[in-house]
Amino acid sequence: MKMQTINTDFEVSTLDEAGINESKLTDKWYQYLRYSIAGMAFGVILIKSEVISWFRIQEMFHLQSFHMYGVIGSAIIVAGISVWLIKKFNIKTVYGEKIEFHRKPFSKGQIFGGLLFGLGWAITGACPGPLFAQIGSGATVIAVTLLSAIAGTWVYGYFREKLPH
Amino acid sequence: MAFIEWLRQPWPWYVAGPLIGLVVPVLLIIGNKTFGVSSSMRHLCAACLPANISYFKYDWKKEQWNLFFAGGIILGGVISMGLLADPNPVQVNSKLATDLAAYGITDFTGTVPKQLFSWSNLLTIKGLIMMVGGGFLIGFGTRYAGGCTSGHSIMGIATLQWPSLVATCCFMIGGFIMANLILPYILAL
Repeated sequence: MKMQTINTDFEVSTLDEAGINESKLTDKWYQYLRYSIAGMAFGVILIKSEVISWFRIQEMFHLQSFHMYGVIGSAIIVAGISVWLIKKFNIKTVYGEKIEFHRKPFSKGQIFGGLLFGLGWAITGACPGPLFAQIGSGATVIAVTLLSAIAGTWVYGYFREKLPH
Repeated sequence: MAFIEWLRQPWPWYVAGPLIGLVVPVLLIIGNKTFGVSSSMRHLCAACLPANISYFKYDWKKEQWNLFFAGGIILGGVISMGLLADPNPVQVNSKLATDLAAYGITDFTGTVPKQLFSWSNLLTIKGLIMMVGGGFLIGFGTRYAGGCTSGHSIMGIATLQWPSLVATCCFMIGGFIMANLILPYILAL
């Protein structure tokens, strides 16, 4: 399996098969601000629902509360129905482009990486989105955790070809 | 201002969960973007320190929307704490509160326990393991897995990709192992 040619990153679509699904549109910097507004709404929801709370994460992993399961479960259901509706009614983007979905292959990385991330999630009480929200909420020391996470990302990139996938 | 007062309370799961789910169609409709936060850290590496590593040699500018999104999350945190802050400590399961008190964690205000995550604890062994070690596992693990809770558990499962379900199960297994079997020893340090 040649690693360079297979995109194992579920979140990066511009690396799929030489840009078949790539949007031809380019945005000016201020047009990107709409994503900041979406991120802001997401951040507010994360804080107000307490899913970024270290305490709630501990409850989840001790099966002491339904809260986190309810949040993640209902988010998946609403996201799934939305995706189904977009496909069914062929809903376009605001620019009239066809909405693309990207399928990614299975790799053993989802198992090994998933387990490692799970360990980190339970220690810090945060996944990547919540790290940003926690910093914004005033827990400034979490900036160190974020820098360490970026370092972890870099080290993964460095050793990637030697790791089983 | 009854509405603001209402917003200040912790939101129940059946309000927050569906709202988080709606981020998926919003990102698709405003710009054909795939929901996922952890890749922002890959783009930061590609932008700042690619170091000739093939994994970081790509046109990160095409994915820069993700950095604007992540920046927005920080702002969202600031707004929540500034305008919508709930002064009360988080209401956790009483069993958990008792267990944590045994490790000296008694302050339940804020998003993270101040008695663990603080600048003054950063250079202790416990602080280094939890803040630096925990962060490293998040960054390394999410990229190895190709996504995080948003990219795999929500976006991946919602688009019916079974590898994302495998990843999510592994996130949970790792979390259960850490919280139940390893973390008690770290907290006791």
